[in-house]
Amino acid sequence: MTVVRRWLPTALLLGAGVAAWQGVASLATVDDLTLASPAETVAALADDLPLLLDGALVTLLEVVLGLALAVAVGAVAAVGMHLVRPLHRAAYPVLVASQAIPVVVLAPLFVLAFDYGLAPKLAIVALICFFPVTVNLLDGLRSVEPDLLKLMRSLGASRLATLRRVELPAALPSFFSGLRVAATVSVIGAVFGEWAGADEGLGRLVLLANNQLQTPRVYAGIVLLTLMAVGLFLLAGLAERLAVPWKRAEAARP
Amino acid sequence: MATTQLRAAATEPQPAEDIAGVELRGVTRRFRSSRSGEVVALRGLDLCAAGGEVLAVVGPSGCGKSTLLELLAGLGDPDEGSVAARGITSREGRLAACAYMPQRDLLLPWRNALANAALALEVQGVAAGSARRRALPLFERFGLGEFAGALPAELSGGMRQRVAFLRTLLAGRPVLLLDEPFGALDSITRATMQEWLAEALATEPRTVVLVTHDVREALYLGDRVAVLSPRPGRLVAELCVPFERPRPRRETVTDPAFAALEERALEALEAPR
Repeated sequence: MTVVRRWLPTALLLGAGVAAWQGVASLATVDDLTLASPAETVAALADDLPLLLDGALVTLLEVVLGLALAVAVGAVAAVGMHLVRPLHRAAYPVLVASQAIPVVVLAPLFVLAFDYGLAPKLAIVALICFFPVTVNLLDGLRSVEPDLLKLMRSLGASRLATLRRVELPAALPSFFSGLRVAATVSVIGAVFGEWAGADEGLGRLVLLANNQLQTPRVYAGIVLLTLMAVGLFLLAGLAERLAVPWKRAEAARP
Repeated sequence: MATTQLRAAATEPQPAEDIAGVELRGVTRRFRSSRSGEVVALRGLDLCAAGGEVLAVVGPSGCGKSTLLELLAGLGDPDEGSVAARGITSREGRLAACAYMPQRDLLLPWRNALANAALALEVQGVAAGSARRRALPLFERFGLGEFAGALPAELSGGMRQRVAFLRTLLAGRPVLLLDEPFGALDSITRATMQEWLAEALATEPRTVVLVTHDVREALYLGDRVAVLSPRPGRLVAELCVPFERPRPRRETVTDPAFAALEERALEALEAPR
């Protein structure tokens, strides 16, 4: 019942969107090559499913490994910058600058540097995802109340004990906010990587289908890519619920 | 909780004279702020608490009471004068002698009550499991046994404060520094907590410096009450409270001698400098 109530508005909005899409696609003036209707998209999904799923698995692997790399590098960077003030001052502008680099331009260079395989895709996904993870984790680590840090000092806690027992757990909610953002943009990164040069993957498949004027397949690919991003976002949310159970206790507080 | 029960359950109390005291001599502490330039929080303050004594410090808001506790706790050094705990003036020495209880409970929301109190042992290198095992008897002795597994969010303000106090006790230091421990509580809970603290200190004698802005609380809990002036904080009056601790609340606060002390403390607080 509550599940229905929670998701009903979303379902209605989505339904309305699909209906409008079908309506526009059915107009006589709209070219089939420009816009595939929902029905055609679903048909393409069904017909090309093995092909699409093969590609999706490749892309999912790139995304998940890239995210993992981003989390690993981001966690080390954030903790390092948090513990070492001069490092924070030195590295923060560089961190911001890393996000100003247009990935579209960088992707072909990565392919040149790392060849056609998995590596350049991982690098691009990690480059995009590293920023939200690092910045949010860093904010979380720094958000601990000064009074609490004072208390830890008076209890005789070492810097590392405070980090482990107070700052890291306190930063978890922020970290997961960053991870959710990273999860949604990670798929875009993988697609860019594949467009710059790949012989497999869903992004590659969409690009090919576009070149071959197979519009319904392009749309089917987009639907799968979107589902992948939404799925990763929800998964990150689920992981947060498991890792931060006290948030619910706080929310339920009378 | 009956007084007798608490007493009976107590481990052998340390004789008061074995507990370390604290002493401030001619302490001045300044802060530089970008807006108002230099602020003098304390000026030439002399204050001491003997071993096992409860010294209550009252003063108007911003008289440097919290600064006083931070200096004692070893979280800072005075600009002039000396601060000693257990006779040692170094910051490390004070850190090792004093357990500081800040105004807010500052319990970690992801740890249950027991684990929060056990934190004081864990940061000293005791393994998490045995820290909790060592904290549990204290919970039971102070009537918190059934709340040991509760998260802070599930506890009332008074309960959270009790857990914070047990954390302070478990730090195992001879001196307790309590910064307005009941400042955030409603007046009924506050009265209950004052009695609870009085009982707790009877069971676990410590040298206590208790900072409060509530004169009645200071007189009810303290052996001696120091009244500070508005900033910069100086000692304006010192009152001895001639009642034995722990005190029966109702009888104490309605005693004419108590009322007279309260009057004197309030006068000292309001006196123009």
